[in-house]
Amino acid sequence: MDNAIKLEGLVRDFGGTRAVDGVSLQVPSGQVLGLLGPNGAGKTTVVRMLATLLVPTAGTARVGGFDVAREAARVREIIGLTGQYASVDEKLTGRENLILIGRLLGLKRRDARARADALLEDFDLRDAGQRPAQTYSGGMRRRLDLAASLVGRPRILFLDEPSTGLDPRARRDLWERVRQLQAEGTTVLLTTQYLEEADALADSIVVLDQGRVIAAGTAAELKARVGARSLHVTVIDPAAAARALEVVSRVSGQTVQADGEHLSVPAPDPALVPAVLRALDAAGIDVAEMGLRGASLDDVFLSLTGHGAPAGNAAEDAA
Amino acid sequence: MKALQQTLALAWRSLVQVRRNPWELGDYSIQPILFLVLFLYVFGGAIAGSPDNYLAFVLPGVIVMNMLFVTVYVGHGLNTDLTRGVFDRFRALPIPRWAPLAGRILADVVKQLLCIMLLLAVGWLLGFRLATSALHLLAMVLLVLSFAVAFSWVMVLVGVIARDPEHVQLFGFTALFPVTFVSSAFVPVETMPGWMQGFVQANPVSLLADAARGLMNADGPSLEPALWSLAWALGIALVFAPLSVYMLNRRLARG
Repeated sequence: MDNAIKLEGLVRDFGGTRAVDGVSLQVPSGQVLGLLGPNGAGKTTVVRMLATLLVPTAGTARVGGFDVAREAARVREIIGLTGQYASVDEKLTGRENLILIGRLLGLKRRDARARADALLEDFDLRDAGQRPAQTYSGGMRRRLDLAASLVGRPRILFLDEPSTGLDPRARRDLWERVRQLQAEGTTVLLTTQYLEEADALADSIVVLDQGRVIAAGTAAELKARVGARSLHVTVIDPAAAARALEVVSRVSGQTVQADGEHLSVPAPDPALVPAVLRALDAAGIDVAEMGLRGASLDDVFLSLTGHGAPAGNAAEDAA
Repeated sequence: MKALQQTLALAWRSLVQVRRNPWELGDYSIQPILFLVLFLYVFGGAIAGSPDNYLAFVLPGVIVMNMLFVTVYVGHGLNTDLTRGVFDRFRALPIPRWAPLAGRILADVVKQLLCIMLLLAVGWLLGFRLATSALHLLAMVLLVLSFAVAFSWVMVLVGVIARDPEHVQLFGFTALFPVTFVSSAFVPVETMPGWMQGFVQANPVSLLADAARGLMNADGPSLEPALWSLAWALGIALVFAPLSVYMLNRRLARG
């Protein structure tokens, strides 16, 4: 599989500070890469270099086989960019914005109009198309942003924090569209602070912190690095928590963490679940909730960076 | 050919924007008329004995003043694009690097032309009659437009440096008011204190207003002030175009 995006030792300095410090990564054609990291990790700077908006201080980046510094004009022909820093004109209507981009991409007036109308239809903006973009809701705005970056049918798409500020419904809608683009063969690089988002959309994830790659792999691989599953038990009666702790630690033979009526214990063997349940039942302790959990991406982030995840939006795998 | 289409598309976009910006639209229509009428009827009697006598003197002055004020929107629009991220979207598209600026300045020329025509029409309604020829009038329009294009670069610089669009307007108008009023645009130089006359006579606004007056009224020299205005325009462009582009690139490289 060829790489649509390939970075080698990419560096970017601003004055005396190094915002991006030797980032290497690759994205195979047609795949979605999630660039995950807290604010100030250097995600946006990486995207801006890939989109030819910033020249790298050192290292190389190739997008669609073209060098972003020396062949910037070729790169611009095959990319789409959406994000906090690439926006639409608020004074123009949605339709006018799309027509403008079409004209800038060299489409004939008639073709630019047809493309704009097709995209408005696709993105549920047909009725809003005649209104100035400044009247749009956050979700509509983001859909128009995305539509604007798709006018030229880019092979490679950069989405810089696409769901920041969106409500859950608008976010799910955006995810659906990204999946659809991926199904059509578009290579996508998206940055996000939401661990859940990277997990939901990306084929592979690169974790960035202070300008460096601190981990890379699939969501499952990253979770596996953090460690095994754990068993979580919640008892109904808080007064029974102390007895439950004693039972669970006897059955599992491990140190149990307790927090009020919630208990958790490492569970390398799933057979621990029925064993604990039987023992609690025999002791006459009623269980409100019980389950195995894989490590969340939040756990991954915490263990990799040592300073916790920026947004508490972890995906939890119930086992 | 493609670059031309792209520049025209960007100019079209700047013009369409005006529709949804009532303040900007007002600055191109109501404001120049207001200035002309106010100056004419409030100051006309004091300065020229009567508003009718003042009209031929003040109309070219108002045309020049309005031209300068309209250029502020070049900086205002550019700054809006920079702060809102529209400029970055353009830069990520396969268009020439100069196209967004060229589109903006081209749109400015169109706006300027419409304003001049509006002022000439209102002037005509108020009783102004051209004392020279259509060719002279055309020369006046071209002279004012050339100066506008050159002066746009000053506003490009303001647009690049300013933090937000509001500061462009604040800074632009604050700088323009003294330059416009300490000139011969509205009042004959001879009536001003001696120490001020030297500055007024060298002020490009005076030179441009004198040239426009000469070309419309045939009551004074027009060639000499016209040449001096062009020299000023050239000088301004030579200094501010490279400086603006340099500062723009610096701002863009900041991330």
